[in-house]
Amino acid sequence: MKLTINGSIKDVDADPEMPLLWALRDLLGIKGPKFGCGIGACGACTVLIDGEPQRSCSVTVGSVSGAITTIEGVSSGENLHVVQQAWIDEQVPQCGYCQSGQILAAIALLNENPKPNDDDISEAMTNLCRCGTYPRIRSAIHRAAKKMGA
Amino acid sequence: MGKILRRTFLIGSAAIVGGVAFGYYKYTKPYDNPLEDELAEGEATFDPYVKITSDNNITIIAPRAEMGQGVSTTLAALVAEELDVDFEKITVEHGPTSFAYHNSGMLEDGTPFPHYERGVVSNMMRGAMGVVSKFTGIQATGGSSSTKDAYIKMRQAGCAARETLKLAAANKLGVDVTSLKTESGFVISGEIRIAYGELAMDAAKLNPPAEIKLKPKSEWKILGKSQKRTDMLAKVTGAPIFGIDVDLPDMVYGTIRMNPYLGGKMFSFDASKAEKMPGVIKIVDMSGPENEAFGGGIGVIASNTWAAFKAAEAVDIKWGKSDYPAATDGINAVLAKALKSGAGDSLRNDGDAETAFADAPRPSVVEAEYYVPYLAHACMEPMNATAWLKGGKLQVWAPNQSPTIIRADCAYEAGVEEKDTRVHTTFLGGGFGRRAEVDFCRFATRLAKHADEKPVKVTWTREEDIRHDTYRPVAMAKFKARLDEKGTLAAFDARIASPSIIASLMGRAFPSLSPAGPDRTMIEGAFDQPYTIANHRVTAIKAPLSVPVGFWRAVGNSFNGFFNESFIDEIAVKAKIDPVELRLGLMKDHPTAMGVVKKVAAMADWGAETIEGRGKGIAFTLSFGAWVAQVVEVSIIEGEVKIKNVWCAVDVGEALDPSIIKAQVMSGIVFGLSSAMGQEITFADGAVEQGNFDDFDAMRMGQCPNIHVEILQDAEIMGGVGEVGTPPSIPALANAIYAATGKRIRTMPLSREIDFVA
Repeated sequence: MKLTINGSIKDVDADPEMPLLWALRDLLGIKGPKFGCGIGACGACTVLIDGEPQRSCSVTVGSVSGAITTIEGVSSGENLHVVQQAWIDEQVPQCGYCQSGQILAAIALLNENPKPNDDDISEAMTNLCRCGTYPRIRSAIHRAAKKMGA
Repeated sequence: MGKILRRTFLIGSAAIVGGVAFGYYKYTKPYDNPLEDELAEGEATFDPYVKITSDNNITIIAPRAEMGQGVSTTLAALVAEELDVDFEKITVEHGPTSFAYHNSGMLEDGTPFPHYERGVVSNMMRGAMGVVSKFTGIQATGGSSSTKDAYIKMRQAGCAARETLKLAAANKLGVDVTSLKTESGFVISGEIRIAYGELAMDAAKLNPPAEIKLKPKSEWKILGKSQKRTDMLAKVTGAPIFGIDVDLPDMVYGTIRMNPYLGGKMFSFDASKAEKMPGVIKIVDMSGPENEAFGGGIGVIASNTWAAFKAAEAVDIKWGKSDYPAATDGINAVLAKALKSGAGDSLRNDGDAETAFADAPRPSVVEAEYYVPYLAHACMEPMNATAWLKGGKLQVWAPNQSPTIIRADCAYEAGVEEKDTRVHTTFLGGGFGRRAEVDFCRFATRLAKHADEKPVKVTWTREEDIRHDTYRPVAMAKFKARLDEKGTLAAFDARIASPSIIASLMGRAFPSLSPAGPDRTMIEGAFDQPYTIANHRVTAIKAPLSVPVGFWRAVGNSFNGFFNESFIDEIAVKAKIDPVELRLGLMKDHPTAMGVVKKVAAMADWGAETIEGRGKGIAFTLSFGAWVAQVVEVSIIEGEVKIKNVWCAVDVGEALDPSIIKAQVMSGIVFGLSSAMGQEITFADGAVEQGNFDDFDAMRMGQCPNIHVEILQDAEIMGGVGEVGTPPSIPALANAIYAATGKRIRTMPLSREIDFVA
């Protein structure tokens, strides 16, 4: 089957019932989406499908028709996405394992709502972080929003 | 001396045995530099921490597991400061597995003395542990010890390399070495600037000067200032840096499914259905030797992880039972019995608590019983390791906290020599103590024996990870205090029953050694707090429970902090004294402790008029050498608790990187509050009831309070930071709920008795 991933079309020979996460990681070697729970509860595997954040562990690869964006596809060449840069400026990551998913969730939020307030952030950012980077994630989203609006 | 020896603790006794066997003479001989074996063309090394290429690439080895705590950045900064290079230009690597990177800081903190006790005996024991560390060469990350351990030795490594480069330059230029300076990776002689890379090969042939002098603090350019962490770019671009991302040619994928009755055997299994599933290569019996603590189970080798997961589920297995009580009620009954009648170790026994209570009139006595459940670590990255056994050589790639022990363990498992075994430490998607264990690496190695000389990446499902953890111990405690006629605290007696972590760990890693003596981890956070009370006894009682328990962030402090600081709050209520005032009075011999309590009280505007429906609670814990006071503020919204603010004052002595310290303290607070709000591991029918983030969750963004951290630097001895935010957060929250509602909750998690705003 064919998947559109980060702007290019990839051929993948997978059981259509295989979760998208494992097709990306084990069959296509795209390691940005992480395995955290397998039940859509933590968001470490978040990818964008047609711009919408989806938990790739809970989407079968056979059901995907839209364009997939993973963390590998958000920067343009050497230039980091504004949200990635904000993550560095606020020194957000600790272990970093959830951050690919967090960044994609934040990009989706800012595309939908360029000026989110704290409640909007709380509502949209449901991904789990065991290191407790939430306060810095919040600051980074505000910083990115400011930058994107400037 | 006999008494002192009897007070030796478990890690110490095991390690001393190893050390004596090793021979004292070895202590003076430094380990070989492990970097010698792996230099690239044109690369030179000066000591186990520095590599420089002739084209001026400078690599610093930070030999501790990076699990989010920023240790790779701070350790590299110690070397870079003395080496005198620009911090942005260096490369940082974890480096090889080697005894040269032993952690003496961790063992020194394991001695059974309070941090502030610096007498002859306690310092002698700490010194002995430094020797033991060097003997046994355990390279490990834990106990919030990395920076303390590295503070002098890694600066010396940078300094010695810098001075050697200067010697090479002096030879080259024919000038006196004292006329040379260094700056940003150059040796400078008047107008001449020579890059370190140009000198590296020559310098590596020289002996470093016999005496070196570290820079005075006033000349620091990097240390003491917040640095950009060296791992940020990889972590915002999704780089494949974690164990679970390891990718090797011809690699196959695997998983395991071990007995849910922890430690129980596997009687039989039927893999006929699973073997026929697409992608499945092999189903393997994972049962180990008779004395192995992990019990039986199966492993799957497949062409992808998902196929392995599905096949593991499809195997039909007959399990043997475990030997602990099948349900949490039964486990609690064992604790209650130990608490009531068990003999214990009183690591604090000041005055005469027994007599002080004997004639106490009833109204002057405060009593309370507390309870905490088992807890899982639930690292974001589930347990995994990749092993490759080929031609009598073994390689293991793993996100781990203990590479030298893992090397020995996996070599034994594979039946190969340690010298033919390499352990590669990747980045860790969380550790929290879980990755100090050996099981995930041993299992990967066991599966690799069946993988036809191909590398096999073994990933656990989240359910396997939660249900086969080495849990934070369950614990039950009874606290008793006597107030005298004036309402001052005259006597304090605490009994704490829990299973011993050290005994459990030894059973897993070294089943042939039998643990004996007191276990400090059962009682830390209670016996070692800087409170002066005339009659003060704290006793730990080992409860015979075989559920595997291990190091969980802050270890014993995570529950004893809750017990002790909740009880201090209860005494304040009974004595009608403000809880800040009560603590300041008890800690009057310890100005560092008073400093953080006063600071946090000011930050939180303690004593200001209470807003209706809100409450503030305070707690203090000294753990891992850091003095930490916190105030939590809650708001009650339609009967549910919302955590609004946390204020924290932390004194770590020398603060090497303020941004990283604040991040760590914040992280520890979220970790502690998460556990208090709703986490518990319970048993039914012999198995763990929870399995994933739907029933073992943690705090989410919307629940996270504003967290305000201030760093003080008055402590005389440097403290750790990775775990120290956790212990006071839990009692401060419980005390805040009491202040807001009048409801005293003595059992964790708090969600058993009160709801939190989702």
